[in-house]
Amino acid sequence: MNKELICIVCPNGCRLTVDENLNVIGNKCPRGATYAKQELTNPTRVLTSTVKIESKELGVLPVKTANPIPKGKLFDAMKVVNSIKVKAPVELGQVIYKDICGTGVDLVACRTIKE
Amino acid sequence: MLNKDLVIIGGGSAGMAAACSAYDNGLRDILILEKGPFLGGILNQCIHNGFGLEYFKEELTGPEFLTRFVKETEKRGIEYKLNSFVTGISPDKVVTYTNGEEGYVEVKAKAIVMAAGCYERNAGAIGIPGDRPAGVITAGQAQLYLNEYGYMVGKRVFILGSGDIGLIMARRMSLEGAKVLGVAEIMPYSNGLNRNIVQCLQDYDIPLYLSHTVSKVVGKGKLERIEISKVDEKMQAIPDTEISFDVDTLLLSIGLIPNNALLDNMGAAKSSTRGSSVNEHMETSIEGVFSCGNVLHVHDLVDKVVQEAAVAGKSAALYVQGKLPTHEEVINCVNGEGIGYVVPSRIDLDNAEDNIELKFRVRKPTKNCDIYVEYNGEVIKKAYKNVIIPSEMEIMKLPKNLLVSGNGTLSVSLKVREAK
Repeated sequence: MNKELICIVCPNGCRLTVDENLNVIGNKCPRGATYAKQELTNPTRVLTSTVKIESKELGVLPVKTANPIPKGKLFDAMKVVNSIKVKAPVELGQVIYKDICGTGVDLVACRTIKE
Repeated sequence: MLNKDLVIIGGGSAGMAAACSAYDNGLRDILILEKGPFLGGILNQCIHNGFGLEYFKEELTGPEFLTRFVKETEKRGIEYKLNSFVTGISPDKVVTYTNGEEGYVEVKAKAIVMAAGCYERNAGAIGIPGDRPAGVITAGQAQLYLNEYGYMVGKRVFILGSGDIGLIMARRMSLEGAKVLGVAEIMPYSNGLNRNIVQCLQDYDIPLYLSHTVSKVVGKGKLERIEISKVDEKMQAIPDTEISFDVDTLLLSIGLIPNNALLDNMGAAKSSTRGSSVNEHMETSIEGVFSCGNVLHVHDLVDKVVQEAAVAGKSAALYVQGKLPTHEEVINCVNGEGIGYVVPSRIDLDNAEDNIELKFRVRKPTKNCDIYVEYNGEVIKKAYKNVIIPSEMEIMKLPKNLLVSGNGTLSVSLKVREAK
């Protein structure tokens, strides 16, 4: 059975077809093939959200998981994200929380907030 | 009165990219005017990822993408003013702005780049039947509240319109614990990117109701309930197809409109994008006034915005340096059958680079078709498309040598191939 997928790696949104041996067609770049195999075996997503920050500039700090995490762990990770409070200054790329939900992936800051 | 070689209106991705490009092409006396408290514009609230894959070959969030351009802008020492709102531009390029520190300021510019982005269509634009309670807001406004201030606007949410901001907000509100009951789209197809249908709706089991619209809003003071109805081919609600949802929030993601009032008031000619009409150098009908980014036509990808803005910035530099002569003879670009708009609206062939980029959108999703570029009625380029959809802007490179100088007309159209 061939499976039809839409690639979500980039905004091109290639329409992929995958056969039972995980051969992929329709991808404009190699990332599409990797995505299709991953999606059918262990789907993952990068989580982007915000954490509370004590700052004069913004109420919340944008954060993301430095790598994709299993799709099934997104809501568990959100519970952790919503419990975090940080204080300015924060540097872009700074690790805000290590190894979120045992995924081995860190939560990092997506912008610099000086004060 | 202040004097500047170049004033850029808007310090978002387009404004910063235009400023850096103008600098790199020799201009130094540049001022960016930004109405918000940060450089970066709308990307400040777009905390999701997917930006920069084309430009930086990396997947970045909005804040990460904008930070790179802020660094480039600051590295060049380009002057910018935040919290500074432009109130008008006179025909002789005097830009008036106000801010809390300087009050009311006039600055005379040799060239202007308009990069003020776009705004959201709101409830008033579509006349939703029923009450007028609190809780009906645009998706982008909800995004600002949530992603910059940390305020949730509601707990039970319905979304009207399947534009990308609506889809992104469906996921964002779900992750933050809201129940998103559905998305209604009046068209028979989605207006968002395919990847967003998958990762924002399907991932969270949020139903997408195509050919449906909100037919009733109910609530005294605060939104209590909405009804959606199926629509016929004329987009009219069909009786007895109502589905009711108890919600406290209705998010609207029903389109973006270029925020182009400043240029309209200057008398710049308009195009079918609702932005200004520009030539291949992004110059409007007013000499020395350029336009780029979402104020010109609404883009899907910021990567394309910064590329377009770089052209506008370079052109502004050439203009100030006296290297962008105007010519009487121009080629007019028009949208033919099946095409919503074409940018640029005009080509000044004597100034044009070797390859001219034509940007356009189709009117509806189409399979198995050809894009035809005709010049004075003769087909000069043809490209086959397996699938083409309105939510993805198309870019076609047209070699300059396919055109001959003169007051010609270039048209882009779409023709479906006959089934074999």
